[in-house]
Amino acid sequence: MEKLIFYFFAAILLFAATMVITVRNPVRAALFLVLAFFTSAAIWLMLHAEFLAISLVLVYVGAVLVLFLFVVMMLDIDLAPLKEGFTRYLPLGIVVAALIVVEMITVLNAPQFDVVPVESMEESNTKMLGRLLYTVYVYPFEIASVILTVAIVAAITLTLREHKRKLQDVGKQVAVRREDRVRLVNLRREKAKGDETP
Amino acid sequence: MFQVPNMLFALPEMVLLTMACVILLVVAFTGARKIEWVYGLSQLSLALTLLVVLWSLGDWGLTFSDTYIKDALSDLLKVFICVVNMLVLLYSVNYLKARQLMQGEFFVLAVFSTLGMLIMVSAYHMLTLYLGLELMSLCLYAMVAMQRDSAVATEAAMKYFILGSIASGMLLYGMSIIYGVTGSLAINEIALAIANTDGNETILSFGIVFLVIGIGFKFGAVPFHMWLPDVYHGAPTAMTLFIAAAPKIAAFAMIIRLLAEGLIDLQNHWQDMLVMLAVLSMILGNVVAIAQSNLKRMLAYSTISHVGFLLMGVLSGTEEGFAASLFYTLIYALMTLGAFGMILLLSRQGFEAENIDDFKGLSEREPWFALMMMILMFSMAGIPPLAGFYAKLSVIKAVIDVDLLMVALVAVVTSVIGAYYYLRIIKVMYFDKPVVEHKLEASSSMQIMLSANALMVLGLGIVPGILMKLCTIVFA
Repeated sequence: MEKLIFYFFAAILLFAATMVITVRNPVRAALFLVLAFFTSAAIWLMLHAEFLAISLVLVYVGAVLVLFLFVVMMLDIDLAPLKEGFTRYLPLGIVVAALIVVEMITVLNAPQFDVVPVESMEESNTKMLGRLLYTVYVYPFEIASVILTVAIVAAITLTLREHKRKLQDVGKQVAVRREDRVRLVNLRREKAKGDETP
Repeated sequence: MFQVPNMLFALPEMVLLTMACVILLVVAFTGARKIEWVYGLSQLSLALTLLVVLWSLGDWGLTFSDTYIKDALSDLLKVFICVVNMLVLLYSVNYLKARQLMQGEFFVLAVFSTLGMLIMVSAYHMLTLYLGLELMSLCLYAMVAMQRDSAVATEAAMKYFILGSIASGMLLYGMSIIYGVTGSLAINEIALAIANTDGNETILSFGIVFLVIGIGFKFGAVPFHMWLPDVYHGAPTAMTLFIAAAPKIAAFAMIIRLLAEGLIDLQNHWQDMLVMLAVLSMILGNVVAIAQSNLKRMLAYSTISHVGFLLMGVLSGTEEGFAASLFYTLIYALMTLGAFGMILLLSRQGFEAENIDDFKGLSEREPWFALMMMILMFSMAGIPPLAGFYAKLSVIKAVIDVDLLMVALVAVVTSVIGAYYYLRIIKVMYFDKPVVEHKLEASSSMQIMLSANALMVLGLGIVPGILMKLCTIVFA
């Protein structure tokens, strides 16, 4: 029974993943990505990884993909030129992909990858993950936070342009004195060319 | 039960992270007005980190639940990374100023990138290693893209980013397969698991393939070198200098931790792969470099060939080989620093001294720096008594010791081919008439340090014993 459910979800996942890269409309591709995330969350649930499954749905489906959809809709990218090389590179791509699949099947068919039944844990998944993250993996966890900081710094560096607008500074306007604005110049009268002949 | 980690081991990283945050705040609140301060602060933070590393020298061990290691290798590499990056910043300042690239973000990214290198160097867990690598690379991608109005730089950044991401993906895939077989991500536990079990070598070697591909991409070894010439050429020279020097030192730590410490029992599997990479890199790098008229591109291909030499020591799988590779990496970093530093020195506002023709008649205009450039080029070509010669000699000796005569032969032949294009620069400097008007604009501190840099290459060639001994002690 469990196997049946697994294959059901796996089939949907593969279908959705293929559609993401083959479908023409980018909005549809994004929606298929949502489907792919949902089904992989379901597979994780079957592995008793409830916390990861829920966070996948919350973070990726809830936040990242909605943002992604916004970007796709707002940018209105013309994908036709991007897909020009598709048929040209398709045969080579298929050959390489097939080779990799065959290799992986021959290698990964080994007994080491037999399915081990998952033991049910007495504690909640989330609690155990949290405990691990803040004790054993505290160093990698901190590095990940630094990476996120750098990501923000880099994104701002690359997108923020210095605005050279004119801004009013009311304080300066009020504090202005006559000497700052008006300059009295003593101009000596010059003789214009027309004046030479009276 | 969980043991509270010894935080003192990670003091260099903590100091640098704190300083990076301080710099970030200073940049955020002062903007472009106090850019000199920001530069000074960055140098200060690197110097402080260096001091901390030197202060805590020799106190070795594992901490943070075995995700962090402090050993002789990490200490030595950290010292070099700090020194190299301080020189990089010093060389870059004038160039950046002349091109309106002197922004606070450059220094923030540079310091964070250095932090990533330090983390990589003392990572003893695949997770830490990967995160350090990402931290370093993310900063580098952004630095290449900083010159937004230049189409070449943007293209270079795009290529670097996409190929770098693919490489990271490959690396992760290899790590996950190895995790699947050994049941651990910690380097020492992986080595233990492999030593205790047998029979699953096929799957492990399958994982190693992906690891080696990832490493090859990060180093720029043939056939994973395609990004390297374009990125070196397209990026602003200051950024090229940053990418070319210290990250290679960090990548060396990565290859040692993964292959030489974690998977040493599977050496027969990764040796063949590295032989392929090394031989192809040496041939392609040296042959294609001949055809280049752009100095940055030529140096990029020369980097590819140096990577081939560097891998030779690692693939021998002996302690002497690793020491030779370490020596090669450090000398390579010094030489690249000098060579790109020379381009930065001769560049000025609106002019990039990046074509080989721009060096024509340098001996008439700047006899001293022509001499320095000659030292660097001779050293890269591997001519005694310069440091590059001893580096090449020791890696070739390492492969001969394990009876890989063909590899040694290729190395010797290709380094003779390579000598051609290095000598061409010297010929151009000394025997051609100058074509460009020229005035040095670099600060005197940069001129002094660049001279010291080149003289150090000469000095390490005359007395290679000290550094060589250090490298040997590290792996003994």
